Amino acid sequence: MLRRVLIALVLAALIGAGIGLWVTAPSRVDAARLAGLTGDTTRGQAVFTAAGCASCHHAPGSDDKLVLAGGQAFASDFGTFYAPNISPSQAGLQGWSQADFANAVLRGVSPSGKHYYPAFPYTAYARMTDQDLVDLWAYMQGLPADDTASQAHDVGFPFNIRRSVGGWKFLFFTTEGWVAEAPTPELERGRYLVEALAHCAECHTPRNALGALDTARWMAGAPNPSGRGTIPALTPDQLDWSAQDIAYYLETGFTPEFDSAGGHMVAVVDNFSKLPAGDRAAVAAYVKALSAP
Amino acid sequence: MYKTFAALAAATALTATAAFAQDLPKEVKARQGQFQIMAINLGILGGIAKGAIEYDAATAQAAADSLVGISMVNPAPLWVEGTDEMSIEGTRAKAEIWDNLDDVVAKWNAFGEAAKVMQAAAGEGPEAIGPALGTIGGTCKACHDAYRAPQS
Ligand code: HEC
Ligand code: HEC
Ligand code: HEC
Repeated sequence: MLRRVLIALVLAALIGAGIGLWVTAPSRVDAARLAGLTGDTTRGQAVFTAAGCASCHHAPGSDDKLVLAGGQAFASDFGTFYAPNISPSQAGLQGWSQADFANAVLRGVSPSGKHYYPAFPYTAYARMTDQDLVDLWAYMQGLPADDTASQAHDVGFPFNIRRSVGGWKFLFFTTEGWVAEAPTPELERGRYLVEALAHCAECHTPRNALGALDTARWMAGAPNPSGRGTIPALTPDQLDWSAQDIAYYLETGFTPEFDSAGGHMVAVVDNFSKLPAGDRAAVAAYVKALSAP
Repeated sequence: MYKTFAALAAATALTATAAFAQDLPKEVKARQGQFQIMAINLGILGGIAKGAIEYDAATAQAAADSLVGISMVNPAPLWVEGTDEMSIEGTRAKAEIWDNLDDVVAKWNAFGEAAKVMQAAAGEGPEAIGPALGTIGGTCKACHDAYRAPQS
């Protein structure tokens, strides 16, 4: 409780200091960047799968994961967020330009210039390549349309003021740079998948009091945001699986002891089982190269 | 001195776990043991699929038959009220199980169906095991996704 009050105070101060200042003003992607790129739906599907867009945006309880009607709830220290409808319909992204989409996914900025909350992991997607972004957009426009209206989030003051997210972004949001070194092409691919697309750290890395990832304890395990239990560490002091074990887990959900994955990791495994074996091997290599916190 | 203390602490920790395991209701021990039997038999089939264990038709068949055998144990008596992870220590069974018992049983039956697919495939050679394993794995994940809590 005390922590929440403190956070609220700090954020309120930030808003006060930030209103009208450039720190809280949204920054946009330079439209010229995407000019000349053409989207490929097949490659876009792979980006979509690795990035796990459907895992958050499909309707709760629905078996058709490609209908991105939204509605799933995400609990956090700051309130509950609901994933919006992002299907190509009136209730979703119909009428959006490619530039609108790029600003949302790469910068966390809406078409009307409002900040999105980082419950939408644009903090990771910011590192997505321009080609992947364009491919992803091409693919998503061909998905089924659904008319379910998006729900309002359930967050209290001061977090309900989207402008306050500008202060948060000023402190914690970087659009480039990586956490891990990647000296080989395989590690580079693994790093791109882990840090940019699949946002593994969003679950496996602990957060500071303001909800930002603690990069000093990268992948060191974290409390489960929905309350009880913990999300396991992937660092070598805690996880002694071989690279083959990790790749096999991402493919099948089976641990080396043939226990089976549960909880939110199931969606990640379902996605990775559809990707090429080389991608699973690259992620495994990245995980094996992590250092203990 | 320090060493004695460490040894003492280790011994206490050991007794603590032992006492703890004994305190678990028998139904919880039974269901956890049952899941372990499943994992052990899957380990044999998975080892073959991965190429880590050499294929032997009789061994593979016995593992698959065991899975089918376990799937025929009626799960209902193992899910006793009050044995969810909110109520007692030492279990990862989510309270949601008791709000959706029909669905839990349906998911258990789905595992049983997948085990039968494996039973038919196990004698056919190592290549047949991989796909059947994928089918079974899907049924484990589906239930763990909904009804098993994260590690505490
Ligand atoms: C961890 C869950 C999660 C994942 C994964 C996720 N999103 Fe979202 N997304 C959200 C939430 C929550 C919001 C609402 C943010 C807000 O309102 O500030 C959102 C908002 C959006 C919006 C803005 C919609 C609007 O109506 O303004 C778009 C576009 C979007 N997401 C696209 C994507 C794409 C594309 C991907 C995959 C690359 C993706 N999301 C992955 C949770 C997620
Ligand atoms: C949406 C949250 C989430 C995301 C994103 C996520 N994980 Fe997980 N991960 C989990 C949870 C929860 C578990 C525990 C699963 C269980 O209870 O069986 C887990 C377990 C694991 C394990 C098994 C560890 C163990 O000790 O059992 C590995 C390995 C793993 N994740 C790797 C990854 C990788 C690599 C990525 C990115 C490609 C990733 N995870 C993304 C939530 C997540
Ligand atoms: C009908 C639901 C359901 C199905 C199907 C299922 N599980 Fe589980 N499993 C659970 C639950 C719930 C627990 C937690 C039990 C507890 O801690 O009391 C669990 C626990 C486990 C455990 C840990 C047992 C222990 O020692 O604490 C293992 C290993 C396991 N399951 C493996 C599997 C495998 C492998 C499969 C597929 C072949 C599978 N399970 C299918 C629900 C299921």
